[in-house]
Amino acid sequence: MLEPLIYDLSRPGRQGVTLPACDVPPTPLPDGLARTTLDLPEVDQLTVVRHFTRLSQLNMGIDTTMYPLGSCTMKYNPRVNETAARLPGLAAAHPLQDPETVQGSLALMFALQEWLADIGGFAGVSLQPAAGAQGELTGVLMMRAYHLDRGDTKRTKMLIPNSAHGTNPATANMAGLEVVEIPSDPRGNVDLEALKTLCDDTVVGLMITNPNTLGLFEEHVEEVVAAVHACGGLVYGDGANMNAIVGKVRPGDLGFDVLHYNLHKTFSTPHGGGGPGSGPVGVSARLTDFLPGPLVARVQDQGETQPPHFSLVTPPKSIGRMKAFWGNFGVLVRAYAYIRANGPDGLRGNSEYAVLNANYLRAKLEDVYKLPYDRVCKHEFVVEGVWADAPGVHALDIAKRLVDYGFHAPTNYFPLIVHEALMIEPTETETRETLDRFVHALRTIAEEAHTQPQLLKDAPHTAPLSRLDEIAAAKQLVLCCRPVALSA
Amino acid sequence: MNVPTDLKYAKSDEWIRVEGEVATIGISDYAQDALSDIVYVDLPQVGASYTAGQPFGSVESVKAQSDVYLPVGGTVTAVNEALGQTPELVNSDPFGAGWLVKIQLTDAAPLAGLMDAAAYTAFCAGRAH
Repeated sequence: MLEPLIYDLSRPGRQGVTLPACDVPPTPLPDGLARTTLDLPEVDQLTVVRHFTRLSQLNMGIDTTMYPLGSCTMKYNPRVNETAARLPGLAAAHPLQDPETVQGSLALMFALQEWLADIGGFAGVSLQPAAGAQGELTGVLMMRAYHLDRGDTKRTKMLIPNSAHGTNPATANMAGLEVVEIPSDPRGNVDLEALKTLCDDTVVGLMITNPNTLGLFEEHVEEVVAAVHACGGLVYGDGANMNAIVGKVRPGDLGFDVLHYNLHKTFSTPHGGGGPGSGPVGVSARLTDFLPGPLVARVQDQGETQPPHFSLVTPPKSIGRMKAFWGNFGVLVRAYAYIRANGPDGLRGNSEYAVLNANYLRAKLEDVYKLPYDRVCKHEFVVEGVWADAPGVHALDIAKRLVDYGFHAPTNYFPLIVHEALMIEPTETETRETLDRFVHALRTIAEEAHTQPQLLKDAPHTAPLSRLDEIAAAKQLVLCCRPVALSA
Repeated sequence: MNVPTDLKYAKSDEWIRVEGEVATIGISDYAQDALSDIVYVDLPQVGASYTAGQPFGSVESVKAQSDVYLPVGGTVTAVNEALGQTPELVNSDPFGAGWLVKIQLTDAAPLAGLMDAAAYTAFCAGRAH
């Protein structure tokens, strides 16, 4: 059954809440700035509660189903994170408050900077970037600033393997650089010879995702880093897949100069609702002066009887602010809580289970779904969602049919280097029983693809809406917040 | 897969038909099939000039968006206006009504490095499937 829009439920004069009395003197807006009408729905409280409860029940999310969306790490967000983020001292702080009055928040940010630097093997961390893609842009702008600061002005190219995240080329473009794609070798690694021929004094650096989008650890990562450094370039690491390696290997130890962390992936925090994300960057010693500011610094240790004193500082050659205020602070609190709750051994264990779960699924599926890069994987793997003897069935049909079995679809049609890709990432938070049910669903769907393909072509059958017309949706951009006819 | 024998093909899946100083460019049947249903085609302004290998536009399907590259150097003399309303022509008739741009050749030398129909067919067959 479909749920009407909240505007359909609106009736003039209905009211859901009574606003509390204003506890500060009202300040009128200047003449002409205050609007006289505003088209908002007028709805009673119970109708609002039922409306949004029903909407949440129509949704597929991590709280109701396994969500194996490769690359996105849709893992469980422990509820203690939410408790921490709602503590009044943290939740009610205003970003313009005098730093003297928010020393606790600054202490939390300082600790998180230190922990992330330790986990990644870096000399400095900025918590500012609002999400992964902004972390990437931050990293690339710092790399560019580093070269320009040294008077090295002819570097304009960014090398990007074709197994990198799709946002990497977009980021390099946005920073005004020319993208040069590096092919993969047959084992899914960077083609080292191709890389070496492209490394010269016009290269800003390399953007590498490790483990890459095939879920594979780069087997000669140290040679890759050495080749880029040898021509004067810097190495950017896309940390989106850090959840496979936390506690196992530190990107800084591998020679990476910059890395962004996706707190909303690796360190839990809510993700399925579209964020907010948080993409802190860690840098090697030669880039710390360029970090976006302000950073939190411990300016004074006041002995054992008094807490240390924190303040905000901006590095000397900072590329400037990347975001207003202090990053997505609520997400920082959740990541802090997650790291504290797990500790070093817990974080390492999470990486191990993420890798174990992915390999369990891979081993249980690879006789039915073709694995173009057949290696032990890290936290995710990519299969082909197509069979020569089941013509007409595509990855999209498999993804839609999974909905009927109660699972969110894996990432599909990415990475582009795999034909009809299905990219599966179970994360460490699923039990073996859930993984077995997922295997059963995918194996059953593979049978159906051969015996009753129409069942897949018409899927989903159990969702509120069956197959949507994606072509019409892409071509006719009609977004209507208020339907033409009000229902009775 | 349809691969007309009177055309030349680039590794990035564009085809080119050269008639004197003028050439027509589109994407191959293989490319339109791999992209699936095309919903938007972004084309350059008439008069824009490109060197060989430069992107001149992009093709967006329900699955992905791909840049399209000019296999030779040239100046755009016409773009396929029909694709504005009916981008699906690239799917239904990639070598005919689904053409992308016409150009005046300024650098024809890269033509020698393009594939003929037989070589392109082998190239497509050899890609990881």
